[in-house]
Amino acid sequence: MRSAIFFLIAVVVAAIVFACALAINNDYVFFAGYTVLQFIVLATAWNILGGYTGYVNFGSAAFFALGAYSSVFLHKFYPMPIPVLIIIAAVISGLVGLGMGYLTLRLRGAFFAIATLALAVVLQTLIVNWNYVGGSRGAYVVRPATIAFLGNYVHYLFLLMLGLAVIALTVARTIEHSSLGYGFATIRDDELAAEASGVPTLRLKLIATTISGALMGMAGAPFPYYIGYLQPSSAFGLEYAVNSIAMPIIGGTATWLGPLIGAIVLGSLQQYVTVTISSSVNVLIVGLLLVVFVVIAPNGIVGLVQSILRRRRYERKPA
Amino acid sequence: MFSPELAVNALVAGVLLGGFYAAVTIGISISFGILDIVNIAHPAFIILGSYIAYILNAQFGIDPIIAAIIALPAFYALGAAIYQVYHVAFEMRGREALSGLAFFFGLLFITEVLLILVFGVDYRYVQASYVDQSINIGFINLPKRMLIPCLISILMFVALQLFLSRTFIGRAITAVAQDQLALRLMAASPTRIKRIAFAISIATASLAGAFLIIIQPVEPSVGREYIGRVFAICVLGGLGSLPGTIIAAMLLGIAESFTSTFYGPSWAPAVSFGILLLTLAFRPAGLLGR
Repeated sequence: MRSAIFFLIAVVVAAIVFACALAINNDYVFFAGYTVLQFIVLATAWNILGGYTGYVNFGSAAFFALGAYSSVFLHKFYPMPIPVLIIIAAVISGLVGLGMGYLTLRLRGAFFAIATLALAVVLQTLIVNWNYVGGSRGAYVVRPATIAFLGNYVHYLFLLMLGLAVIALTVARTIEHSSLGYGFATIRDDELAAEASGVPTLRLKLIATTISGALMGMAGAPFPYYIGYLQPSSAFGLEYAVNSIAMPIIGGTATWLGPLIGAIVLGSLQQYVTVTISSSVNVLIVGLLLVVFVVIAPNGIVGLVQSILRRRRYERKPA
Repeated sequence: MFSPELAVNALVAGVLLGGFYAAVTIGISISFGILDIVNIAHPAFIILGSYIAYILNAQFGIDPIIAAIIALPAFYALGAAIYQVYHVAFEMRGREALSGLAFFFGLLFITEVLLILVFGVDYRYVQASYVDQSINIGFINLPKRMLIPCLISILMFVALQLFLSRTFIGRAITAVAQDQLALRLMAASPTRIKRIAFAISIATASLAGAFLIIIQPVEPSVGREYIGRVFAICVLGGLGSLPGTIIAAMLLGIAESFTSTFYGPSWAPAVSFGILLLTLAFRPAGLLGR
């Protein structure tokens, strides 16, 4: 029930965001906003596995690209509306996540991380060698200029991503407050003890990888329409792998709020840096922030704010 | 299409490539295999080694391998410094799993992007008398730019294996993975031993980097191709086993060499992943794993 209320609030907030963007009436706002929203989905998806269960996924770019390329394939094979493509991408990426998890999650945590890292390289190899979806040359996906009801197609893409962000955040928050979330937390805190107490750890981890992978694929599905020309190096770009890890860790991995804050702060900062300086400086800043935060503030922005509030409450008490 | 000459040459090329892969992996074998530190930034340090060899070679005309040996102490110090940060920030707080991984992931990107900002994305290469020579025995072709790294790499393995099995510090390093308390009772500080071991693992990146730039032109993001390979080799060989690492490196080298000879080089990166997944699925302990 509380999830339903959260969902409604999120929808209202999303509607306000969309109305504001329409009011500003500048296409750049929609382009930049789309990217930030996409990172909200990716960061939230990463956090469901990484933050809740403590298993690090380095292959976010692979799942994202899987979604993007399933769209390219279907676009060539039999064009369908984007919402359908998103659902198909979710199924494909979710299944890949499940398979990856099944092979590696029975072992120590590091193996999963390494396997996901390698998955990105291999999927990229497959795509580069697969001519139907453009191979190494890339593929053009011409988006229609307009769409029914909304008019501007970019507005439509922005609205879709806004919807995905609402879905991702609702899923994350629902998990957090359900028995599933408590199960995830036991895995993160002490997997051996959880296993011994009868928590079905493997099944829970597989659920987490599947949900996380599916959400990442969903984030990737509209991407070819957004960018217009998709090549392997952009779909498997560095920024997806590094951002989807950096954003939750900088924001705070314990709650759904952390990735949201991290994605908004870092995403906006990057839009600014990319426009004013350059995109490689952009990755450098994210890398530096990531290292600084894990060393100095491992609980992220949310953790910092919480500890400041707690200290203030503690100081007020004696008075 | 298939001829015995081609197959023999692919086999020889694979063994030579494997020798080089062994040098690339040995650092991970020590840090991940023995110390349980998942240093995924290792390939980035290897690229750093390549660039240092490149600078010393281009500026002063020093042979790349000599250049790498000159740079060894600097890499050793870098490794010791990184371990110190890692130890204070993660090991002491018991946060190695998530934060430690993210830390090395961040280092990977910082190193790579700094190299891009300083050197750009152009391919760099080194000059040395042996780079474009080769020895021919019958129809077998042995390019020196592969042969020399392979031989020095095997030498490095023998030296490290002797160090680990014969010296006090070497034995302490193997012990640190097994029983830290017992080590402390032997009056050796586990932290100090681990710092030495991690520093050695990073120092090997200097040599591996020089080998890499002798074998092929290098640009900053080349390192990422090696992440999958090194961990595949490390896992296939059995964690912490140096002989296992060298056997696994040769096997992967041969598998990749055959793949690129008979199917095309663009498929080679997928081989290591296939091997990694098969190993994890069927024999997670690796070939010579404990």
